[in-house]
Amino acid sequence: MAVLAPPAMRRSGPPGRSRAPRRRRSWTGWAFIGPFMAVFAFVFLAPIAYAVYLSFFRTKLIGGTSFVGAQNYRDVLTDPQFWSSFGRVALFLCVQVPIMLFLALLVALAIDSGRLYGKSFFRVAVFMPYAVPAVVATLMWGFMYGPQFGLVGSLNEKFGWSLPNPLGPDWLLASIGNIVTWEFVGYNMLIFYSALQVIPRTLYEAADLDGAGQLRIIRSIKLPGIRGALLIATIFSIIGSFQLFSEPAILKSLAPNVITTYYTPNFYAYSLSFAGQQFNYSAAVAIVMALLTAVVAYAVQLRGMRKERQS
Amino acid sequence: MTINRRGFLRGTAAFGTAAAASAFLAACGSDDKSDSPSVSANDVDAALAAGGTLTVWAWEGTLKQVVTAFQAKYPKVTVNLVNAGTGDKQYTALQNAISAGSGVPDLAQIEYYALPQFALGKSLVDLSGFGAGSLDGTFTPGPWASVKSGGVTYGLPMDSGPMALFYNKDVFDKHGITVPTTWDEYVAAAKKLHAADPKAYITNDTGDAGFTTSMIWQAGGKPFQVDGTNVKINLADDGSTKFAGLWQQLITDKLIAPISSWSDAWYKGLGDGSIATLVIGAWMPANLESGVAAANGKWRVAPMPQWTAGGTATAENGGSSLAIPKLGKNNALAYAFMKYATTGEGAQLRTDNGAFPATTEQVNADAFKNKEFPYFGGQKVNEVLAQAAAGVVPGWSYLPFQVYANSVFNDTVGKAYVSSTTLTDGLKSWQDAATKYGKDQGFTVN
Amino acid sequence: MTTARTRKRSTLLTALTAIMLVYSLVPLAWLFINATKSQASLFDSFGLWFSGDFALFTNIRDTLTYDDGVFVRWLLNTLLYVVLGAGGATALATLGGYALAKFDFLGKRAVFAMVIGAVAVPTTALAVPTFLMFSKLGLTNTPWAVIIPSLISPFGLYLMWTFAAEAIPFELIEAARVDGAGELRTFLRICVPLLTPGIVTVSLFTMVATWNNYFLPLIMLKDPDWYPLTLGLNSWNDQAATSGGQAVFNLVITGSLLTILPLLAAFLLLQRYWQSGLAAGGVKD
Repeated sequence: MAVLAPPAMRRSGPPGRSRAPRRRRSWTGWAFIGPFMAVFAFVFLAPIAYAVYLSFFRTKLIGGTSFVGAQNYRDVLTDPQFWSSFGRVALFLCVQVPIMLFLALLVALAIDSGRLYGKSFFRVAVFMPYAVPAVVATLMWGFMYGPQFGLVGSLNEKFGWSLPNPLGPDWLLASIGNIVTWEFVGYNMLIFYSALQVIPRTLYEAADLDGAGQLRIIRSIKLPGIRGALLIATIFSIIGSFQLFSEPAILKSLAPNVITTYYTPNFYAYSLSFAGQQFNYSAAVAIVMALLTAVVAYAVQLRGMRKERQS
Repeated sequence: MTINRRGFLRGTAAFGTAAAASAFLAACGSDDKSDSPSVSANDVDAALAAGGTLTVWAWEGTLKQVVTAFQAKYPKVTVNLVNAGTGDKQYTALQNAISAGSGVPDLAQIEYYALPQFALGKSLVDLSGFGAGSLDGTFTPGPWASVKSGGVTYGLPMDSGPMALFYNKDVFDKHGITVPTTWDEYVAAAKKLHAADPKAYITNDTGDAGFTTSMIWQAGGKPFQVDGTNVKINLADDGSTKFAGLWQQLITDKLIAPISSWSDAWYKGLGDGSIATLVIGAWMPANLESGVAAANGKWRVAPMPQWTAGGTATAENGGSSLAIPKLGKNNALAYAFMKYATTGEGAQLRTDNGAFPATTEQVNADAFKNKEFPYFGGQKVNEVLAQAAAGVVPGWSYLPFQVYANSVFNDTVGKAYVSSTTLTDGLKSWQDAATKYGKDQGFTVN
Repeated sequence: MTTARTRKRSTLLTALTAIMLVYSLVPLAWLFINATKSQASLFDSFGLWFSGDFALFTNIRDTLTYDDGVFVRWLLNTLLYVVLGAGGATALATLGGYALAKFDFLGKRAVFAMVIGAVAVPTTALAVPTFLMFSKLGLTNTPWAVIIPSLISPFGLYLMWTFAAEAIPFELIEAARVDGAGELRTFLRICVPLLTPGIVTVSLFTMVATWNNYFLPLIMLKDPDWYPLTLGLNSWNDQAATSGGQAVFNLVITGSLLTILPLLAAFLLLQRYWQSGLAAGGVKD
């Protein structure tokens, strides 16, 4: 199971911090986490259990519902549409997530370096897109992407460029990547920046005294210091990529032939259950996807932790 | 009985004499109501007198005025008009509510193409018991045929969308293009226009299931044949082939603007003349007036281009009905409102507010036909549109799973718009996808 | 915190970071510019510059009054969902994060595994089971259908866990226990003040999530009287695609602008808190 290391284990805590009370097992902890878990069970676990149950049946418009065992799962595993959607988000994950996290890290480091003019303005401005609902963000970018009348069209016309159509089959995934990057760079930047802020300043002063350069400080102090934040941001980004939905769903009206109903796994599950009333098959798709997500997230986490142990 | 009735309707519509239908259908209208509730017209009156609350799911704009008028007339009735989403979104919501068995509205707006699906799912009330049979002749033949499935009436037509050619006269005049009356002339006009102004296109299309099926319908195709749970799908019949040949030319020569209908770019293109024509349903004038103010005075309406010179064939494009979900609470009262909204006073009120009527009385009224539209340079637009309503090719039916089929249209036929796949191949894979789904759902297909 | 380093400002670095700034702000500029255009000039002008009459105030007035002022109703609904949903989510995450950081209890390791595992399940696929469940409980089409699922913020739980582990020394809790204070009292009196910066951060994230929530209300709500802003705006956008419907893109754009303004304002207001809190956390060692 993908168990994220609790922070206290991850960080080599400052010496002298007493760990004794942690050993005392009691039910008091449950009193505090109980409310969260109760609601969690109601809105996550119960529907998941229900979805698992549904995935073993099949309902037909003619002929009603029957138990089909693992047939839905066998079908998912041999469904070319499912695998094409999975391949697409896997590609998205390999390209968009590194770019987004790298940009976020650069901005966070730049702001944290204290060498920027107007750093609080930068921090707020870069974070701002996160406040824009995905619906609005996609509508906005969709307009700008318009090859006829949008910004791309206007630029081509004004400067005689021939920029490719961002809504065409070759560029659409990149265009979606751009929207997602725009929405979430600031968010990830803030996570990294917050983590950078808690690195003890005394470490920098010591490094300064040793004459270490900025790059050296980044490599030896800052990056190791925010490893936990990097790991959690990566894992949430992986989950986010695998669940890509709103952006293609809203862009579909502008690029209906490129964004198929099986463009992403999540969109496929949605189309199956909403356009086709295939709740059972849709549930099976969702569960297979959840398992694949968990495997990838777990692999990334293991890698992250192994590196940490080495360092 | 079922077959007789459908066969007969086909005949009447061909002659365009809906009035004759009423006599025949009234004679044999109320015998096969297997799961029709035993409710009479008296019960409907009683329900009106008793009053109550109705929840109506609809997105159609002119119903608002109807609700106001209805409540004024029957003060004991309260109507909650809820916009639960447009098209697919509303069907999803309705289907979800029906599956859950709660939160189902008393009345729902359902487009003609989606009605068979809900009818087949046994989710809708058979209206024969309410005296819907006596409404024969009230509605124009196209919509009236559309609300029947397997010979049973499941809804009352609210509006209608017989197709016509909307064109930008300014653009045509500027480039010396005459209004095309046949599809060959249409292609010629497309070429001439685009050659004269590379930024202008004869029309836009990015693959639209509703448009494609309507075009096949006009060309005389009957790709979907339904008899109960036996379904035949043939998207390579004559009508489909004709359409594919025509449209492929326009796609191959890049004569169609790759702009999706209803997008902001579309409204912009309609306003600045870069989209010169639309072959679309009769409900379009209101949309042009409100959405494309920039082109005020430039648009005109002409009959739909024909496959044979001198023909008058058209098809329905869009349009919707009101239907009563079985799980709705007050069926009799729902019927009362539905009848009010779709006929007589209600229909008149909605027509006055810009809806294109599905009722013979309103379509044939002189005041309606003679109305001059300033937006269309004073043209008597409804004259053309009423003529279109009379020319709808009879005998069309949709699949009992058309909502799903339309949802995968762009996965299959859409490829023809963005790759080297041909429309014919696209239609073939659409047929395959629909066939597979039909079989999975327990239908006998082909 | 203020060392010699911080005073050496770099124009080059500022310029490079400014590229990101432009990238972040251009679409927002587009939104603002187009909110100043009438429906007509929206379609016949270059998207990134002002054109025609300055119609911003007309647009705002029309947005607020269109369809009997339903936009204001949506705004109030959204506020309700944010206060109860995001507020509740922050409270639950704070309690839970505190428990994970400072107590040892049976099943603790399983808790976070379960939460992360559940997050991996696509939400769109859970929508139907959740809808059916809520429907049986009579919760659909009520505000609760939106609020209850908003109460869970797995990321908020993680943040509070990390924050509580750092910000609250065990000695402090031990001292309170020795003094005989109850667990709840210890938490409220001693820990919550220390956790404030974390609470502000988490409430910011949950606020954004609730404010921007779209898919869940789409499934759960049918009555526009209960719509949040996102759903309402999208219904205005869809309206252009119905026969006889009025295209109101200018109102959609102005409405979008009005929708994000309160959040931007909240960022600016809260950032002071948040900044001092984070910095305080940073220098404590």
